[in-house]
Amino acid sequence: MTTQLPPGFELEKVDDRIMTLNVGPQHPGSGHMRLIIKVDGDYIVSCDPDPGYVHRGEEKMAEYRNYIQNIPHLERPVIHDSSNILYPYCLAVEDLLGIEVPERAKYVRVIASELNRCIYTLYWLAIYGIFLGHSTMFMWSAGDRELFIDLLEAMSGARVTHAFLVPGGVRNDLPANFEERCLRQVNYFEKRLREYEDIFYQNPLLKARTEDTGILSRTDAIRLGTTGSVLRASGVDFDIRKKEPYDVYENLDFDTVVMKEGDSYARSRVPYLEMFESCRIIKDALRKMPKSGSVRTKLKPNPKGGNDEVYRRIESGRGALGYYIVSNNRPEPYRVKISVGSFRNLICIPYLLKGEKLGNMPAVYWSLNYWPVEADR
Amino acid sequence: MSTIAPEFRLSRFIASLFDIIFWILLIFSLVGLPIVFIILFYIKLPLINGQLLTPYLAMTWLADPSRSVPIIKSFIHTTFFKVAVFPGFGFAALLAAATIFIERKFLAKMQLRVGPLYCGKIEGILQLMGDGLKLMSKEIIIPAKADKPIFWIGPLLFVGTAGAFVSLIPVAPGWVVANPNVGLLAVFATIGFFPIIAVLSAWAANSKWTFIGGLRALHQMISFEIPLILSLLSIVILSGTLNLSQIVESQKHYWWIVFTPISAIVFFITIIAELERIPFDLPEAESEIVAGWLTEFSGMMYGLIQLGTYLKLYAFAGLFTVLFLGGWNGPMVWPPFPEDIVTHGITIGPVTAKFPGLPLFDQEMLNGTLWFVIKTAGVILLILLPRGVFPRIRIDMLLHNGWYKWIGLAFVNIFIALGLLYAGVLGPGGLIH
Repeated sequence: MTTQLPPGFELEKVDDRIMTLNVGPQHPGSGHMRLIIKVDGDYIVSCDPDPGYVHRGEEKMAEYRNYIQNIPHLERPVIHDSSNILYPYCLAVEDLLGIEVPERAKYVRVIASELNRCIYTLYWLAIYGIFLGHSTMFMWSAGDRELFIDLLEAMSGARVTHAFLVPGGVRNDLPANFEERCLRQVNYFEKRLREYEDIFYQNPLLKARTEDTGILSRTDAIRLGTTGSVLRASGVDFDIRKKEPYDVYENLDFDTVVMKEGDSYARSRVPYLEMFESCRIIKDALRKMPKSGSVRTKLKPNPKGGNDEVYRRIESGRGALGYYIVSNNRPEPYRVKISVGSFRNLICIPYLLKGEKLGNMPAVYWSLNYWPVEADR
Repeated sequence: MSTIAPEFRLSRFIASLFDIIFWILLIFSLVGLPIVFIILFYIKLPLINGQLLTPYLAMTWLADPSRSVPIIKSFIHTTFFKVAVFPGFGFAALLAAATIFIERKFLAKMQLRVGPLYCGKIEGILQLMGDGLKLMSKEIIIPAKADKPIFWIGPLLFVGTAGAFVSLIPVAPGWVVANPNVGLLAVFATIGFFPIIAVLSAWAANSKWTFIGGLRALHQMISFEIPLILSLLSIVILSGTLNLSQIVESQKHYWWIVFTPISAIVFFITIIAELERIPFDLPEAESEIVAGWLTEFSGMMYGLIQLGTYLKLYAFAGLFTVLFLGGWNGPMVWPPFPEDIVTHGITIGPVTAKFPGLPLFDQEMLNGTLWFVIKTAGVILLILLPRGVFPRIRIDMLLHNGWYKWIGLAFVNIFIALGLLYAGVLGPGGLIH
């Protein structure tokens, strides 16, 4: 008697040449996920990403809490990019409840979001460094992260999960002398970033390892639906901050970083160059920000959304991050769907790793700007 | 308020001290001394100053420090001392331990960290001891499907081979454990063992990651051993000998690095590859294959491998010093031994102590050791440096470099050496010798 097994559960034919490797979830080079890799000698025959180890049901949890109670738990998927993952939620809830945000709050939100983007990118860069065996890059960027963590701590009171952005503005006003301190630290950070160029990005061994590996062509990048830095590294000029500007991004002066190569090196370089743009945005926002005024619109207690649905998206550290919220006249949302950049970039892995050498696996995998916890939500 | 021992009483404490002293004396005199005499009965005792060293005489001399110098001196010239203490294991292990500590502090300074700080008051100097104790106290886990005898013996073989390599390095004139006439060939033979050990223990662990790591180690060591051997041939051509001590003596006036810079560069790079250090740490690449062929080793087995690795690091740095940097040769900076101590003795107040048999080590040996240690430390620092600067390279890039670039460069310097030899500049009867 033979039973038909579901796909993925069939017994594997043992071949002398092909060896199956389970990279993860307990592997130093995997993150909270598993890559089922089949290798023929040093070449990868096929790769099957297996996410879902840190699924926490954030979307379901959001259906049992009202719009304000949802704030702290929704930032948990990416605790080191918490302002950005809350940003579209706040925008969507403001649309739903019809709240006007004060002008100063919009600038403060942009500053918090860009500071958090730098924190996320530095963390990502640190892990990219250690994945390639470059421990100095790990230590340097993990150390320089403290600059922004300290700034956000001064802003919000928390070092990692800030819960700073709320529907209607930000939780509290900036502390005294914040502008001066922020400017000083951002200027210092730009100086440090140029040193990264020397030790990491212009390193001949790094270039030899990452250039021409895992090439994602422009058409493939669009066809596979990638987003964020992966898309821009393949030559597509798409940044939501430019294309669909939200809050005050249209008033600010910055450029989109686009590279044409589409290889691991370009994918690792785009987020790095975007940190310079983030610094520009922060400095510009500090200059243009109203010096005083309210930062939060008062909400009614337990506000109810109408019979409505709304979708808003922003550019996070990993690409487009959207919230689709359906409301049915109750204080709690009927449905919250989070569309994250990580999950959309994950689909590239089987395409990019097929035919690559095993040694390129970490370089290609982590250049996708992928955060497993966010992908699982 | 915290109290360490609430029931503490000084009188009881002193009484317990007396108790302990009484038992120690009793056990020593009833058990310890007879054992010492039984052992000494079977050992052939040396003649010192025409006197047979009986146990009572030895104990008399030990009690009188001024007369114990001959015993120490006779011990220094035994083979056991050479193997276990000075040019052998103890000296190398001390340098290796210093290397580990310096590596951690040095790398930390490069990476804007502080490194070990708390263990042992001064800059975390006891960190290594703490790490060693931790490794010793950890459980050794052996995979169920492992080939147990070979898996057990792997780390021991590794340390043993590294120790054999250390024993070939001459530190000072006459101070070398083993001084074969084919010393350089013996070095090649010894380092040829390391890939075998790596593959054996990788295969015995019966895991996919160790398997890949072992194969990588094999590929890497094969592709880098040929340039390593070829790069040293120019030294053999120039000095006309394979004996390491004689190679050092042939550099009395000029270091060979002056004539063979390309060989030195090739040899330096192949050292880093042989030691599996970044950027060539492919057999242990953690983000790709967990820890390579070391994946399944735990506790002190891993500690032994680490000890072997650092012994190997010292031995390679010493070999570089011996072959290219003139070994123990250097200007005489060590002060001569004050002869007054032997003739007049040391007078402290009314007591005058005379030490016959001094000095323990002659001036040349101390000076040579000083220069050897300085040069070796410099080479070790250079070997540590790439870890903070470079990422890991890929296995195909490594094979390409090994088989195309470094072999060719090694040959270039062989021809330069031959040209210098036949032009009559170097070699026996040459212009410079």
